[in-house]
Amino acid sequence: MGDWKTITVPVLSSDSKNILPYTSDRKISPTSMNSQVLRLPLPSSKNMHSFFSAFCTEENIEQRISYIDRELTTLGFPSIYAESKGKELNLISIINCINELLVLQHKNLRAQEEVEMQHLKLGSDMDHLQNCYAKLKEQLELSKREIVGLQERDRQLQSKNRNLHQSLKNEKDEVQKLQNIISSRATQYNHDMKRKEREYNKLKERLHQLVMNKKDKKIAMEVLNYVGRADGKRGAWRTDKTEARNEEEMYKVLLSDYEQRQNQLLLENAELKKVLQQMKKDIISLLPPQKQKPKERSEEGLVLSDQEEDIGELNKENMWELSCETVREQLTNSIRKQWRMLKNHVERLDNQVSRGHSGALNEKDVISREDHELETEKLELEIQQCKEMIKTQQQLLQQQLTCDDDTTLLLQDCYLLEERERLQEEWRLFREQKKNFEKERKSFTEAAIRLGLERKAFEEDRGTWLKQQFLSMTADCKSENVTTPSAFLRSKYLVQIIFLRSDPDIRSVKSASRQRKLPSVLSAPVSAELCQTPQYIAQNSVASEKPAADNMPNVWVESDDKEETE
Amino acid sequence: ASCMQHRLLVRDARSLHILQLYTCLDQIQYIEWSSDSLFILCAMYKRGIVQVWSLEQPDWHCKIDEGSAGLVASCWSPDGRHILNTTEFHLRITVWSLCTKSVSYIKYPKACQQGVAFTKDGRYMAVAERRDCKDFISIFVCSNWQLLRHFDTETQDLFGIEWAPNGCVLAAWDTCLEYKVLLYSLDGRLLSSYRAYEWPLGVKSIAWSPSSQFLAIGSFDEKVRILNHVTWKKITELDHPATIASKKTIVYKEVEKSPTVETERLSFPPTRALASSLFSTQSKYDISQVPVSLQYIKPVADRANPKVGVGMLAFSADNCFLATKNDNIPNAVWIWDMRKLKLSVVLEQLCSIQCFQWDPCQPRLAVCTGSSRVYLWSPAGCMVVQVPGEGDFQIVSLSWHPSGNSMVLLSKDNFCVCYLEREEV
Repeated sequence: MGDWKTITVPVLSSDSKNILPYTSDRKISPTSMNSQVLRLPLPSSKNMHSFFSAFCTEENIEQRISYIDRELTTLGFPSIYAESKGKELNLISIINCINELLVLQHKNLRAQEEVEMQHLKLGSDMDHLQNCYAKLKEQLELSKREIVGLQERDRQLQSKNRNLHQSLKNEKDEVQKLQNIISSRATQYNHDMKRKEREYNKLKERLHQLVMNKKDKKIAMEVLNYVGRADGKRGAWRTDKTEARNEEEMYKVLLSDYEQRQNQLLLENAELKKVLQQMKKDIISLLPPQKQKPKERSEEGLVLSDQEEDIGELNKENMWELSCETVREQLTNSIRKQWRMLKNHVERLDNQVSRGHSGALNEKDVISREDHELETEKLELEIQQCKEMIKTQQQLLQQQLTCDDDTTLLLQDCYLLEERERLQEEWRLFREQKKNFEKERKSFTEAAIRLGLERKAFEEDRGTWLKQQFLSMTADCKSENVTTPSAFLRSKYLVQIIFLRSDPDIRSVKSASRQRKLPSVLSAPVSAELCQTPQYIAQNSVASEKPAADNMPNVWVESDDKEETE
Repeated sequence: ASCMQHRLLVRDARSLHILQLYTCLDQIQYIEWSSDSLFILCAMYKRGIVQVWSLEQPDWHCKIDEGSAGLVASCWSPDGRHILNTTEFHLRITVWSLCTKSVSYIKYPKACQQGVAFTKDGRYMAVAERRDCKDFISIFVCSNWQLLRHFDTETQDLFGIEWAPNGCVLAAWDTCLEYKVLLYSLDGRLLSSYRAYEWPLGVKSIAWSPSSQFLAIGSFDEKVRILNHVTWKKITELDHPATIASKKTIVYKEVEKSPTVETERLSFPPTRALASSLFSTQSKYDISQVPVSLQYIKPVADRANPKVGVGMLAFSADNCFLATKNDNIPNAVWIWDMRKLKLSVVLEQLCSIQCFQWDPCQPRLAVCTGSSRVYLWSPAGCMVVQVPGEGDFQIVSLSWHPSGNSMVLLSKDNFCVCYLEREEV
């Protein structure tokens, strides 16, 4: 059984304050076997400490043990009493229970942590959501206001529109009214004019009558002699025959004019028909030959037959030179059809070109225009680059060939100078490093000499100390239980020290940095748990090593501390 | 032939020598050559007398006295043997025959601008009549003056009639209060009627193209509408805006150039020739860069017969060009290319245009503006011809010789003949 020491495990979160504070943990203090000690944080250790100690005191220890036993059994743990009745405690079971409780505690802590994490997360999520909500509310407000504004504007525009419509209607009405006014005035004027004209006519008639009645002799024609007619013919009487002849002549004139016009139109028509036929032939020739695959689509077959029909018809027409309505229509229809086919064909070609693939006809031979262009561009670029390279090469060659010997030597000299300078730099660096190494070596050798001297001194000391120790050991052998193991331990430790001491000798020569570690290694075992004697040794060793270690302030401090503790 | 007061002078066209001299009874108001150039009629409206002179026989004479009927207009018939006299108040048209001494009357002629129209071949004559407040057209056969057709027209107030050069279509148009153009065939059938718009002022001038293919109608809305002879529908509208923006139009602008006088030759007192050359300003044509804005005059709105719209129309003899004048822009002559129906040239003058006439043979246009210069344009270019002489010779009108080699330039009191010589290449 070891010493009982209560080390309180503090409560980590505020929740667990509700838990009864009897989650104290008892830790058996290990003897010098255990080298590790758990150090747990103790925030409210003082209160808990008093409280924990309140739970179990010297008087009610039996009650408490039984209470704990009950609690544990209710929780499902095995009893802490030994098998046999009585007050003997089953240590193992206690330890197991404690272990189980620890595990449980850990689990609970972890769960608590998780819960707290989640709680934090949720809290931040909540904050985030609240922010979002606030922003969205703001946005909603803004958009509502905007909507209101837009609606207002819309209303205004609509009212304006209505006003404009109204004004337009008004204008139209006005225009209509004015037109009506004008027409009414015009009719009025016409009526007045007619009235006046009739009056005027009456006057004219009157005047005419007067003039005619006067039978003025002055109205006469005096001619010296009759003039022959221009065309030499005699004058003719007015008879019906002449009238008929007149009519005839008039109609002749008209007819001749119409005939002339008709001839002109016929000529025009013939020309235009020729042109149309020519066009039709051209269109047919432009279209791709469809006779190769007549079975592919039935439409084409129909078209073919139509074509043939048309051609036949028109040829017939040529021969007979009919120009009746149906033939004309046929011609125009056929031309329209051909034109549409041509258009479709051209469109298809365009699509083909843009897509870059050809149809079922030729796949390998036809390269799409775009690829072709890209290739040509690439090739051109390559050509340009090659040309440029060639030019630069030529220039360089020229330079090399045409430049003087002096310049070449100078150039070479330049290169050499550069190299020399670089080499000098490196030499310098090298020399510096060499110096440093020399210094270090010197210091090492000195340290080694010193170490040797110290070792000698230490050996002597050791010898004397061992003698003393053996003497003292035999003196107090019954005082403590620990002495024997401690003696063993001490002897072991001595051996360790020797080993450790041998090591530093080797190590110190090699590198300076490890010197720092050594005292710490030595001083580690020189902690409170060790006995005084090792401390003494350490001290001595430390002291002996003092002058050797220039750059070991830690050791200084510790050795000072140790001296003080002593 | 020219008349002065009551004397009639006949000159030779090439040499201007006086060949004949006749004296009439009264001041001559109107002279006209007969179609075969054998006779000249001189009309004296105040006295109501028409005298006819013969060139072959200077002793031959003829006098037609209308007496109290009065005389308003007189003209030859196309055969050169009949004279048509319009009596006062347009009571009647008397047809006097020189061969038979017979008289015919045409009643109720219309008192309008162009009431009588002869076909080009002289066979038919159309007379506009008005009876009972309705317009009629009578077509007469000129050989025996027989009435061929008589039909009414759908016009409010017929303003003018004109035969197409092919003699088969007669165009009749209404007064400017109504835009209406009616087309009748020779036998009196109405072929078509064209109306561009209803209320604003209507037709101002009409011209047939020499091939009878086109009928150009100039109206008060500053536009010329061209109808084609097949469908009698409008082919195009030619607009006369004040700003010319099209790049393809050439604008010739008449600019004055200051006369160059050599100071050495100045003498005192200055000779007449020098004085006249100092005071008379030379001018030449410059090509203006489009866009060009022409001088636009907005007429007074209250007056009747406003100076608006296309007032003068003339087709060139080869049917290729149409010359128009917009009275709103009185200084410019617009020449349109009939093959493209586009404006090809604009001549901008310094003064307002008085008269222009096409050469009967070539596409040459002669323009006079009341200054002492005559302006000639042809597709090759245009030039300014100064009338040499003392003082001012303000050309009021001009007339081409039928052969196209010379033209007569008339001012108020004088006239001169301008000969156009061919360049010897």
